[in-house]
Amino acid sequence: MIHSLFLINCSGDIFLEKHWKSVVSQSVCDYFFEAQEKAADVENVPPVISTPHHYLISIYREKIFFVSVIQTEVPPLFVIEFLHRVADTFQDYFGECSETAIKDNVVIVYELLEEMLDNGFPLATESNILKELIKPPTILRSVVNSITGSSNMGETLPTGQLSNIPWRKAVVKYTNNEAYFDVIEEIDAIIDKSGSTVFAEIQGVIDSCIKLSGMPDLSLSFMNPRLLDDVSFHPCIRFKRWESERVLSFIPPDGNFRLISYRVSSQNLVAIPVYVKHIISFKENSSSGRFDVTIGPKQNMGKTVEGVIVTVHMPKAVLNMNLTSTQGSYTFDPVLKVLTWDIGKISPQKLPNLKGIVNLQSGAPKPEENPSLNIQFKIQQLAISGLKVNRLDMFGEKYKPFKGVKYITKAGKFQVRT
Amino acid sequence: PVTCRHDDLKEMLDSNKDSLKLEAMKRIVAMIARGKNASDLFPAVVKNVACKNIEVKKLVYVYLVRYAEEQQDLALLSISTFQRGLKDPNQLIRASALRVLSSIRVPIIVPIMMLAIKEAASDMSPYVRKTAAHAIPKLYSLDSDQKDQLIEVIEKLLADKTTLVAGSVVMAFEEVCPERIDLIHKNYRKLCNLLIDVEEWGQVVIINMLTRYARTQFLSPNQNESLLEENPEKAFYGSDEEDSKDDKPDAASLVKRKPYVMDPDHRLLLRNTKPLLQSRNAAVVMAVAQLYFHLAPKAEVGVIAKALVRLLRSHRSVQWVVLQNVATMSIKRRGMFEPYLKSFYIRSTDPTQIKILKLEVLTNLANETNISTILREFQTYIRSMDKDFVAATIQAIGRCATNIGKVRDTCLNGLVQLLSNRDELVVAESVVVIKKLLQMQPSQHSEIIKHMAKLTDNIQVPMARASILWLIGEYCEHVPKIAPDVLRKMSKSFTGEEDIVKLQVINLAAKLYLTNSKQSKLLTQYVLNLAKYDQNYDIRDRARFIRQLIVPTEKSGALNKYAKKLFLAQKPAPILESSFKDRDHFQLGSLSHLLNAKAVGYQELPDWPDEAPDPSVRNVEVPWLPTLRFSLSLSFPDPESVSESESESSSSSSESGSDSGSRGEESGDQSEEEEEEKKKKKKGKEGPRKVCPESAGRYHRHWRGEGAGSATSWELRNTSRDMGGLQPISPCLFLMPLTPSIFRRDQLITSQPQHVPTAFLPPSAQMLSPVFSTMKTYELLHRMAGEGLSVEYYFNRQPFPPDPHMVAVQIQFSNNTESEVKNLRVSEPKLVSGMRIQEFQEIGQSMVGIDTCPQLPGVNWAGSFSLWHVSSSTHSRQFYVSIQPPVGELMAPVFMSENEFKKEQSESAMLRSQPDPESCRRGELR
Repeated sequence: MIHSLFLINCSGDIFLEKHWKSVVSQSVCDYFFEAQEKAADVENVPPVISTPHHYLISIYREKIFFVSVIQTEVPPLFVIEFLHRVADTFQDYFGECSETAIKDNVVIVYELLEEMLDNGFPLATESNILKELIKPPTILRSVVNSITGSSNMGETLPTGQLSNIPWRKAVVKYTNNEAYFDVIEEIDAIIDKSGSTVFAEIQGVIDSCIKLSGMPDLSLSFMNPRLLDDVSFHPCIRFKRWESERVLSFIPPDGNFRLISYRVSSQNLVAIPVYVKHIISFKENSSSGRFDVTIGPKQNMGKTVEGVIVTVHMPKAVLNMNLTSTQGSYTFDPVLKVLTWDIGKISPQKLPNLKGIVNLQSGAPKPEENPSLNIQFKIQQLAISGLKVNRLDMFGEKYKPFKGVKYITKAGKFQVRT
Repeated sequence: PVTCRHDDLKEMLDSNKDSLKLEAMKRIVAMIARGKNASDLFPAVVKNVACKNIEVKKLVYVYLVRYAEEQQDLALLSISTFQRGLKDPNQLIRASALRVLSSIRVPIIVPIMMLAIKEAASDMSPYVRKTAAHAIPKLYSLDSDQKDQLIEVIEKLLADKTTLVAGSVVMAFEEVCPERIDLIHKNYRKLCNLLIDVEEWGQVVIINMLTRYARTQFLSPNQNESLLEENPEKAFYGSDEEDSKDDKPDAASLVKRKPYVMDPDHRLLLRNTKPLLQSRNAAVVMAVAQLYFHLAPKAEVGVIAKALVRLLRSHRSVQWVVLQNVATMSIKRRGMFEPYLKSFYIRSTDPTQIKILKLEVLTNLANETNISTILREFQTYIRSMDKDFVAATIQAIGRCATNIGKVRDTCLNGLVQLLSNRDELVVAESVVVIKKLLQMQPSQHSEIIKHMAKLTDNIQVPMARASILWLIGEYCEHVPKIAPDVLRKMSKSFTGEEDIVKLQVINLAAKLYLTNSKQSKLLTQYVLNLAKYDQNYDIRDRARFIRQLIVPTEKSGALNKYAKKLFLAQKPAPILESSFKDRDHFQLGSLSHLLNAKAVGYQELPDWPDEAPDPSVRNVEVPWLPTLRFSLSLSFPDPESVSESESESSSSSSESGSDSGSRGEESGDQSEEEEEEKKKKKKGKEGPRKVCPESAGRYHRHWRGEGAGSATSWELRNTSRDMGGLQPISPCLFLMPLTPSIFRRDQLITSQPQHVPTAFLPPSAQMLSPVFSTMKTYELLHRMAGEGLSVEYYFNRQPFPPDPHMVAVQIQFSNNTESEVKNLRVSEPKLVSGMRIQEFQEIGQSMVGIDTCPQLPGVNWAGSFSLWHVSSSTHSRQFYVSIQPPVGELMAPVFMSENEFKKEQSESAMLRSQPDPESCRRGELR
């Protein structure tokens, strides 16, 4: 299956390599570099590249290319999903999945890779098991280690691997037992020029942070489970209970994990929380254009829309922009031609507006297209679909846990065409 | 300095302090990670292989595995450590030793590895067995001569019943002997049933393998449909005569074909994989999707669309792969993605490669009803800044126009407008597409051709120029004035043109020469002369060829006469089709499908067989079903009769508990049964009355979810591991959705409600009356084995009056000998778990000839799966026989309302809600 892995940074340095079978020379990456050069940008490097003797399957995460070398037929998604799992594990262990973090913790990284694959086939990918095998670094521990010479390697044997609940550590103990659920919903939308919705959909996840001792068996129920149209589950969830009763019943992993992802059924009309008024125009035979954007809250259900950021990819001919904003600050990157307007909270009384002149390269033809506006926002304490957690019950343990649910709505891929 | 630093490391490794060793090893591993050579440290490192410190040891392993191949002799020094490790009492140490040992790629240790794998394959610990499965492909890649021995190990491990091993051994199977499909037969049902509890990565491998397996063993569920489908297409494309000819044999073959009935094992696979569409793992979802695409009846494939669309929210690389697969699927099964059309709309922020794939899907989904929406969307795309994407959009419009006649003119007009676009690429692409469209109906569009002729002055993209020239040449009769002028201009610039343009200039010249030689004779000569001295030999060759063909000379042969026919023949319009067409001959989701080329090690997806192979190969002897064993004794004329009875009973339910990873839900049943049984024992009851709430829940789900009655009958059948006892259950049971029925073990058929035991059933539950019955008989004793006496039995599915909790088993004796048989007896056994048997009356009288004598003992299987041996004996002969009833024969159908059902279910849920850590297996709790 997976033969080797190379980690490559944006400047093309191979800063880590790991082989699970015979060693494959670094020169195989030349094919990757070739493809990278051909692609206009990092986003367009094809994830699967065929070379005379190998296949290269890669992902791009946090400015790092994870390039795996394959020799025989294997489902590409299998490899891609695994590589993402590797990146997630690094994130989980080091707090970030950056080149520096990987270089600083190269031994742990190596140990992790060793445990995650055996002969190229995934062995242990559950965070809970890995953490039992290899302890994540903490500042305190690294200080202690450097003094005492002790290690990050778990002294205990990884019993979790043998258990029937492979996602949960065997012995978990907390003084404060807590279970938190974050219901996070994202609105994906395409709004057309006239302001009508071309496409809108709500995608949600429930991220959990569970710190409960022993072997708790939880069941989480909703007031309106019918809203959930398409759900994907963490392996801990009992599919049958969901099918029959629409209750999420599970023995949770320890720590942070994504419990479910869901899509709200498309029959429900999606309430779009903001509206945008925009005039972006370029004059024929003149080297300037007009830019005027106002953004305002719509059905916000009494909640404030905050964290609003508008990003616009301007046409290539744009040299710079002279704008004034009534609220927030804007920046224009003349190299990438990206305008970013950081607004913050929107108050309905005074709508934020950004307007001014766009300067074009002299002599360049009038851009044919108008750029689209990408909007980000957040609404606290609101799940836009109306999804509500009903209750959380715990079985199997005697103590009373502290329970909490938080709702938040965000813009997902939210685009306004102009 | 390099050697210096390494000396320093060697010193640290030789020291007595673990901390120094660890530090040294960390630095060495960091070197390896950076791809630096650390091989000269091998002797110093390998000494530490038996180090007490776990972390040092692990890092030494990392080093060893990396360099052993290069330092084979030295690597042998470490082997004994691992051999010791293989004998360690701790399973994790055994596993780890095997893992490292098998990763050392040194051919000389092949025999040691082989031995270690064989031993580990029969280890007590499933974890060690899993490691053994992982080691198999390693050894195989080291020495493929071991194949036969390894296949034996694989066969053994395939029979393993734990989820831990399943994925790994199928992986080994796929790498070592994917062609040995026969090894799967006996494990097929088990794999299907274990699937949901196998770890994610194993699921992918198993599902992919089972897809291939199913293609060899089952019949196409769409065979009838595909015949029906072909016809309208023929009517559309072919001429009427052909059609009427074709129709008859088709109709005949339709009639001849047996009505399709899906093999229950086929159904089992489809049903057990379906929940995995909700996995968080994209690879699992894709695996199930491809399985459904390749194996499911057309009407059921739709379920995968939702899950695939969900994956589009994932990372770019996942999207990229999923979209390629959706593109292929959407050609064959357009309908299933239509509801999700808008999910494929393109955002300006999508990377170009994603945009182009989405466009492909949108184009595939276009039909008469949604085309106007799609075209409106395309209009937005044409104004994009991303020119590659715009070019692709123009092609997409062209494809829509060819496929959907209704919008052809609209599309053409739109494309013509694009000809005045400022961007040359856009214009060029439009020209190419317009050319293809015009070819479909040239006569109506001479205006457009004229317009395009003018473009030759401005447009520089070679492909576009070539297309225009071809158009003018082909339809020169529609533009008689302009064509010679274009040739004049082109001959001026001929030398500076690209090769494809030059070829088209020659082409144009030739065609004009044939239609309008007066105006173009000289020009043609000139062009041909230029071409004669061109650098490119294709062009020189073409010029020579054309000159001979069109210019009549003495030498020129018969072909000359036909030159006009050759050049100006009616040419079929090109079919604009997706590059994803017919890609589905590769298994979807595979690397080969993605590359559209066979990858190394790709296993061909076989075509469905015409005749289904024998399904009984998948039958498995099931040890845990209740079995009634007799020994029959009979006496031949000898008058003295001594009877002796012997009985034996053993409960195998505990064994079956571990077996029955078999299927998540099933094991749930069992643990409950055990629990309930314990309860009953406490009460001192024999506990004959038992309802199986879990299985009821399962049926319930099917009703609600699918409304498909047949699913339930398969369920039953599979639970019983295909004892062959059940006909597809009659529709009557299933035409009442939301009215779950409960099957009782001990009584299949009673029509009177008073027979319903009360302990586990709500009072209002009503038994169903038998709606069908089979008289299928089972052989208990063959006449050869029975020395003339043959015994058969069947379940008559009638209430057994003496005791309503019993199942009636009708036993039929026939004597095939000349002589008398006397004193036939079946003795009552002692039974542990509440199994009872109604007294069996001795058949005292003699039987001569073909004399049959039905006997009717009632047997109470008491709800537990226990073995029951009954020996029946007379003085002279004793035969040991056994009855294994299908589970279905032990249950009774009842009615209850939905609320009651829920109550039952929640009660059973109560039982489940107290997990003790030992029994927390996912399966049991699901």
